[in-house]
Amino acid sequence: MNWLKQPASDTQVTHGQRLWLYAFAVIVMFLLVAPTLIVMPMSFSGSQYLEFPPREWSLRWYENYFSSVAWMDATRTSLLAACFTMLVATPVGVAAAYGLSVSKHPLGRFVFLLLITPIMIPVILIAIGAFYAYVQLKMVNTLSGLVVAHTILALPLVLIVVSSALKSYDMSQEMAARSLGASRFKAFMLITLPQIRFSVITAALLSFLTSFDEVIVALFVSGGDHSTLTRNMFNALRDQIDPTIAAISTIMIVISSAMLVMAQVFGKPRD
Amino acid sequence: MSDAAARIAATDAATMLHGANAAELRASERGERRSLLGLTSPAVLLVLVIMVLPVGWLFYLSFIGSDGTFSMENYTRMLESKAYGRIFWTTFKVSFLTTGICIVIGYPLAYFLAQLPSRAANICMLAVLLPFWTSLLVRTYAWLVLLQRRGLINEWGMGLGLWGEPLPLVHNLNGTLIGMVHIMLPFLILPLYSSMKQISPDYLKAASNLGATPAQSFWQVFFPLSLPGLFAGSLIVFVLCLGFFVTPAVLGGGKVIMVSNQITNNIELFFNWGAASALGVVLLVLTLAILWGASKVLPLDNIIGGGH
Repeated sequence: MNWLKQPASDTQVTHGQRLWLYAFAVIVMFLLVAPTLIVMPMSFSGSQYLEFPPREWSLRWYENYFSSVAWMDATRTSLLAACFTMLVATPVGVAAAYGLSVSKHPLGRFVFLLLITPIMIPVILIAIGAFYAYVQLKMVNTLSGLVVAHTILALPLVLIVVSSALKSYDMSQEMAARSLGASRFKAFMLITLPQIRFSVITAALLSFLTSFDEVIVALFVSGGDHSTLTRNMFNALRDQIDPTIAAISTIMIVISSAMLVMAQVFGKPRD
Repeated sequence: MSDAAARIAATDAATMLHGANAAELRASERGERRSLLGLTSPAVLLVLVIMVLPVGWLFYLSFIGSDGTFSMENYTRMLESKAYGRIFWTTFKVSFLTTGICIVIGYPLAYFLAQLPSRAANICMLAVLLPFWTSLLVRTYAWLVLLQRRGLINEWGMGLGLWGEPLPLVHNLNGTLIGMVHIMLPFLILPLYSSMKQISPDYLKAASNLGATPAQSFWQVFFPLSLPGLFAGSLIVFVLCLGFFVTPAVLGGGKVIMVSNQITNNIELFFNWGAASALGVVLLVLTLAILWGASKVLPLDNIIGGGH
């Protein structure tokens, strides 16, 4: 029990005096993780009611999901929208972050604020606004409409992540490359981009998930043949608790965790 | 020529500005600044067409009455109707409660994480990051499964004899708050954690060296220094709560109607764009006013960057 009497920090408080903090932190961390993790075993339950632990194991809810045309179409739409959002938002966002960082134009601050508003204002406004715009442009229920709207939601994240990387990047390296004859574009691609690649990867993964997990915009601007997975899940949740949702949730948790692992592995410099 | 000039201008502007062709150099530097700012134009164009213009149209629409002419009826209805008053009251109550509970739960956890050695902190941080990266809808669904009448918590609680009847944990305010606190906690903890990491341990050493008790050095040194991070995190949580839609819709069971839910109802059930727009405009103005007010206390860049 010696450990309890040792000082835990620079204030000389002992571990023993802080046991309550450790207990509290462990409980909170458990509560943060448990709800999502508990859905996974429940999705393998054989009964109509979700049980934990399941009395009998079965894959019936997964069969239900994979054999349903509607769920499969929705999954394809969601994955396509997420991929395209990532492919559009990342280059557009990186270009904007780079432009804002090197151009010390007086308008830069205003442009930055404009570009991050989509995550500051309530999403419902963007959803009904985009819905109205798409009615005029005949883009309701199209994949491209969904991608454009999701790109707007992903741009602020790309901008914030990449801008903060550019802030700690020494731009004189690019100057050196250009004074040796490289064009600005070449200098960016060969010198700057490789050094900010970790944040660009994180930004790309974040934009994929932003689109894949998005509900509110999808409720308004997607539908028909191009309903997203989240839209169908939300509508199913309002009516009843269908255990198929548990199976889909499990698959979505696996995808998000894969993204998180990729961000931890590829989105951070080795230390 | 202009490229070379701009390069010299950028690196050596101070000495060159007094040269013979200073005016030309300045013009070329301005030109380069403009063309670099042009790199933001695809992003700006997207935001303008898909967000700013349509929201501007909503603003216009909110002043159009049911007979198609200019009128304030959408706003006067909001002021007179008790139902709308209740919706705003619910929105603020839920947002305040969620933010408050997040602070009480999140501050000790962020403090705990900030004191851990970096390897342990990285592992424990996964407990915050995993929910942060998991779909909001999936987490809301998980709570629905856990909290329902025949759900895990009621089954276990009654199995252990803690309560006899199934507790009404979901389809009401309780369920909404539980779900929202769970979803919002990472938004509070992450900025708070990063600002706590910026506080130099030397201050605490100095405090305790000068005879402060652990409680004194926490409350008089550490806590005040962590306030910008706490402010930034709480503000993010509060503003996000104001616009919440999914969690109250699923866990509130129709009893917790926040502004976003009412906007959707107005459009989907009543096709009343005027009323929906007016609500949207009020929600937008409230959000921007709060952000503007907050930016007077702490610059907006710092709020986004987590209070440092």
